[in-house]
Amino acid sequence: MSFTVSIQTQDFDVSQELAALRAGDARVGAVCSFLGTVRERNDGSSVASMELEHYPGMTEKSISAMMDEAKKRFDIFTARVIHRVGLLHPEDQIVFVAVTSAHRGESFKACEFLMDYLKTQAPFWKKEVTPEGARWVDARVSDDQALARWGIEATNTGAK
Amino acid sequence: MSVTYNVNLKYFASIREDIGQGSESVATQAATLKALRDELIARGGAYAEALAHGRAVRMALNQDVCEESAALSEGCEVAFFPPVTGG
Repeated sequence: MSFTVSIQTQDFDVSQELAALRAGDARVGAVCSFLGTVRERNDGSSVASMELEHYPGMTEKSISAMMDEAKKRFDIFTARVIHRVGLLHPEDQIVFVAVTSAHRGESFKACEFLMDYLKTQAPFWKKEVTPEGARWVDARVSDDQALARWGIEATNTGAK
Repeated sequence: MSVTYNVNLKYFASIREDIGQGSESVATQAATLKALRDELIARGGAYAEALAHGRAVRMALNQDVCEESAALSEGCEVAFFPPVTGG
């Protein structure tokens, strides 16, 4: 395993993913991961389910590009990104990012960097089903600001 | 004399729903993403609404997010979509 991306409808096993990411690599002294799950509430409404749409091809390309950028910025060995698409329900796993390094600092930073990047640069869209009907989730300015902390100007939100 | 390009268009999320289809092929004399967007807006109706200037519309050329000034080429893929909300 080195730097891999999977976009899939099926669920994944976090323990298996973490084990595979560092298997046979005794240089690794730190594994940091983030797991995103579906909340039952968003923007004041209860969420019964959500549908995740993506742009096949561009999604993989943009996540590979952000992994290349993470490799340049941080002293990391391997990274894994999994993002689910299709129909999801509260408590379901949506997104997984994991990174290995010799010491914790680099993998903590790289993991947060990858998530901040993914939030504003990877072409995924969420549509929620609520009691008021189905609605597309709005992009958050706070996500652009999160990426700006890394010196990258994000232009996801905002009219053009 | 203007050059005509065959372009593969893709629409995603709310823009796909507004326009009523996810993809189409067009022959265009537009030289840039902006000119192509203006051409689609000029069709009126759902196109004018979905792609209106002032709305948050992101554009990608050959699967890279690009500015409106980016130049089209023969056989290129152009996508229009709202701000992304993954993760």
